[in-house]
Amino acid sequence: MGAQIREYRQRIRTVSATKKITRAMELMAAARVVKAQQAVRESTPYARALTKTASAVATYSNEEHPLTTEKDDVKRAAVLIIAADRGLAGGYNANVLKESERLVARLTDEGKEVVPYLVGRRAVTYYTFRKREYAAEWTGFSEKPSFEDARAIGERLVKDFVTDTGEGGVDEVHVVFTRFVSMVSQEPEVIRLLPLEIVEGVEDPEQGEVFPLYEFEPSADELLDALLPRYVNARIFNCLLQAAASELASRQRAMKSATDNAEDLINKYTRLANQARQAEITQEISEIVGGASALAEAK
Amino acid sequence: MSALTVELVAADRRVWSGEASFVRARSAEGELGIMPGHTPMLGVVVEGDIVIKTEGGERTASVDGGFLSVDHDNVTIVAETVTEQG
Repeated sequence: MGAQIREYRQRIRTVSATKKITRAMELMAAARVVKAQQAVRESTPYARALTKTASAVATYSNEEHPLTTEKDDVKRAAVLIIAADRGLAGGYNANVLKESERLVARLTDEGKEVVPYLVGRRAVTYYTFRKREYAAEWTGFSEKPSFEDARAIGERLVKDFVTDTGEGGVDEVHVVFTRFVSMVSQEPEVIRLLPLEIVEGVEDPEQGEVFPLYEFEPSADELLDALLPRYVNARIFNCLLQAAASELASRQRAMKSATDNAEDLINKYTRLANQARQAEITQEISEIVGGASALAEAK
Repeated sequence: MSALTVELVAADRRVWSGEASFVRARSAEGELGIMPGHTPMLGVVVEGDIVIKTEGGERTASVDGGFLSVDHDNVTIVAETVTEQG
């Protein structure tokens, strides 16, 4: 009987240790998600200013820019998958990877060859475990992406987009990321990044706004050349920031339920241990009583 | 003449916004000075310093290249990275 109490107490100890860890992770994620949300907010003035400039230039420039031109025959499509570096975030990674599988299947059905670009260690291990090929990976910043990270990704994608398909280039670029809707809701989403559609910007300029007759310096086309790659970077940055906020919110939720479950387990084992202790005492008493009456009878 | 409303924006934050009397930036074709009443314009800003003259004095920031738009005395300077000086 004593062995059983010991076992229950051991279980209680391990579960409380786990609970301490999950509680700490929950609090950390909670603190970081606030910062991540703030980062999303702080990046909007830039996105808004760029969108406004881009649509102003596009209004005055009739020339087709390589980054906005639809290709007639799309053979290779790039898919940028934004996942987390770490697990322990509930269904966060699974959901974004599932969404990406759906997109890959759709593109393959359309007869396009899919070229994956991966962000986050979880996406990379998902692909290496299945021994699948991918074009590039970026890891180590999923919780706190900086603009440099977005720029590195953007430059690579733009470079591959303007390269000919025969030489390893791609004809379209899609992004799979998790949109941060609110603290309790984050949804995996697919956007087509290239060719660009400026109208569907990160933040649309107010409707019906009339642009004044701008003077361009240098010409509108050169301006567009300089502007569009930055626009791509800004959109990727926004996706990374939303994904980071979503990751942290999912982790906070997952760790909260892990802590709650640990508490339930501790309660359950404490009851069992108490029961076992009581049973032991009862047994001891009945043994003593039994022994005493046996002695009395013997006299 | 009214003052300029200036907004200096980096990729990850709004660096500064407020009223100013004069803005100087380096464009692809040389130094560019903007005073109230400037024609609407869009320009490329190359790597260099941005100087904003306000009532309280001058503010200087270095940018790594970006855009500048002037539109009815609203000046927006957009750059990927902005480092404030002084």
